[in-house]
Amino acid sequence: MLEITGLCAGVDGKEILRGIDLSVGAGEVHAIMGPNGSGKSTLAGVLAGRPEFDVTSGSIQYQGQDLLEMEPEDRAREGIFLAFQYPVEIPGVNNAYLLKAALNEVRKHRGEEELDAMEFMALAKEQLEVLQMNADLLNRPVNDGFSGGEKKRNEIFQMAVLEPKLAILDETDSGLDIDALRIVSNGVNTLRSPERSTIVVTHYQRLLNYIVPDVVHVLSGGRIVKSGGKDIALELEAKGYGWIDGVTTEVSV
Amino acid sequence: MSGATTSEASAAYDGYQADFERLQGGADAAGVPAAVISLRQDAMEHFSRLGFPTTRLEGWRFTNVAPIVSRAYVLGDPAEVDSAHVDRFLVPDLPGPRLVFVNGRFAPSLSSVGEVPTGVEVRSLGDTLAAGLEGVASHLSLAGVAEQPFSALNTAFLQDGALIKVADGVVLDDPVQVLFVSTAPGEAVVTHPRVLVLAGANSQFSMVESYAGLRDAEYFTNAVTEIDAGAGSVVTHAKVLRESLQAYHVASLQARLDRSAVVRSTSVTLGGALVRNDVGAVLNGDGAECTLNGLYVAGRNQLIDNHTMIDHASPHCDSHELYKGILDGDGRAVFNGKIIVRLDAQKTDAKQSNKALLLSERAQVNTKPQLEIFADDVKCTHGATVGQLDEDALFYLRARGIGREHARRMLIHAFATDVLDRLGHAPLRTQLDRALLERLPAAAAEVPA
Repeated sequence: MLEITGLCAGVDGKEILRGIDLSVGAGEVHAIMGPNGSGKSTLAGVLAGRPEFDVTSGSIQYQGQDLLEMEPEDRAREGIFLAFQYPVEIPGVNNAYLLKAALNEVRKHRGEEELDAMEFMALAKEQLEVLQMNADLLNRPVNDGFSGGEKKRNEIFQMAVLEPKLAILDETDSGLDIDALRIVSNGVNTLRSPERSTIVVTHYQRLLNYIVPDVVHVLSGGRIVKSGGKDIALELEAKGYGWIDGVTTEVSV
Repeated sequence: MSGATTSEASAAYDGYQADFERLQGGADAAGVPAAVISLRQDAMEHFSRLGFPTTRLEGWRFTNVAPIVSRAYVLGDPAEVDSAHVDRFLVPDLPGPRLVFVNGRFAPSLSSVGEVPTGVEVRSLGDTLAAGLEGVASHLSLAGVAEQPFSALNTAFLQDGALIKVADGVVLDDPVQVLFVSTAPGEAVVTHPRVLVLAGANSQFSMVESYAGLRDAEYFTNAVTEIDAGAGSVVTHAKVLRESLQAYHVASLQARLDRSAVVRSTSVTLGGALVRNDVGAVLNGDGAECTLNGLYVAGRNQLIDNHTMIDHASPHCDSHELYKGILDGDGRAVFNGKIIVRLDAQKTDAKQSNKALLLSERAQVNTKPQLEIFADDVKCTHGATVGQLDEDALFYLRARGIGREHARRMLIHAFATDVLDRLGHAPLRTQLDRALLERLPAAAAEVPA
């Protein structure tokens, strides 16, 4: 599904990722953990094609294609979905309008029939229920005036409607209370399938109680310093990041 | 930058003077009441004295009218126009009176008044003037003929236009549509449309005043609209400008609000090479409320100048202003929002906001709020922002699979939409939204990647 090799990237000439190697197979859930400033969000941003990040070396193969050559919209149409750490408020753009346009772009790309307003609403309402979201949210401007929790739920709602092949959740758990965390996790777990892969970027182990990963990677100083089973997350929780060799600990956890 | 050169201005002046003499003395003058002849004469004298404004005047600093002045025009003649050509500028399926003018002259075959409630007059101002100035003279003074050269010029050529008169207490359900189209035949035409709106006490109605060019050609529209809003009246007004992209449009809208009157006016400017909209409102009685909103798109070779002036002359009055502009290419815009709060206008609540979205590095906006406050117990706020498209929002949309150009259009449209939302008239909103979207691809085309 995804093959990252020797990836170095930064912003404004400052190097943040210093040689990432990561391989995610179809149907797998990978968690990426690490202290603040370790490069987690940069990695998520580079995968989605955020323009301010410059990739200086390395490669990313996604379903046999050179991901770095693709525009952000083409990545999305090919099935990459980034759940934003800070979903952007867009006053004046209706949530349903955006999502219908996005879904139809994806469907067009796949050679599928575009959905009309009725069909879209039926599909959207189904997913709203899974995420226990109020239907009036559809007719509000994108994330405008949403609470922190509503924004994160809206991200997962969009993901559920768009049915990506590779979902990247960038600190989707931050700012969520335990009930919202369960709902969001339930939304993500509902989507789990042998064809769909997920990268869960998180600072805390708690999310991984609900979205159980196949592999956990610890990112520090722009490199993956440890990979293993889900037990790593538990140890991190108990001992902190200082426990792992090679973790830069000048950043408090 | 200076104004029109003296020789150009003088040649233009001679042209207007010659046309004026023909109008006053020619066949057209036969049967025109003496009061109208004398009103025009006074106005022409004011115009001669004032002359065309130059950029040395504070109010015209950024707007050089030389392109208008340096051109010779012929006075617009009535022309036959197929209704199919004007229909697209009218709000479809809207019952209610419509007055259509071609080259400044009333076109009865394109207009329909239908049945209106007793006490409502919707008709050509030309017909009214043929009977003299009785009942309209005092209202035709709102435009400030003694101070505003273009209003003086309009009045000097006062011949036709629209009259909307709603008697005390009458509520009109369907909006009145007034449309001025320029056919722009071979030669450049000048028209001086006049719209007079008289809202009786406690009357209520809405109206749409539109200007459109049927061809992409050069012509000059010099319009004056006066709204006299009686006590407790509620007038909703929209001005829609879809002139040709080569046209010049200078317009003055002046409103006077009596006690507890409410006037909401929205101006949507989507066309014109050089556009100057002066909008003024005098809050002349306690508790009057005025809203002036505006939306404009200025693309290549366009200059859109909006000057607003709200005069809080009485206590307990509210005013709200929201102007938004979208600029691209070498498009330029001017916004000048003046608010005067007179000494006894206590408890004034005035809000003004002007926002511009620049889509290119060459686009330019000059924005200036101007507050003159003489009362001491008032709330006045103003704000101006000039910005570019939000890159984070753009990336967010693209990360959802929406192409770059589509995403840009969505965001530009989103920027404009709240002004349209405030129109308070769904069919008009839908039509203008479509007109705006048609205008946007061109507006976004010149933007560097």
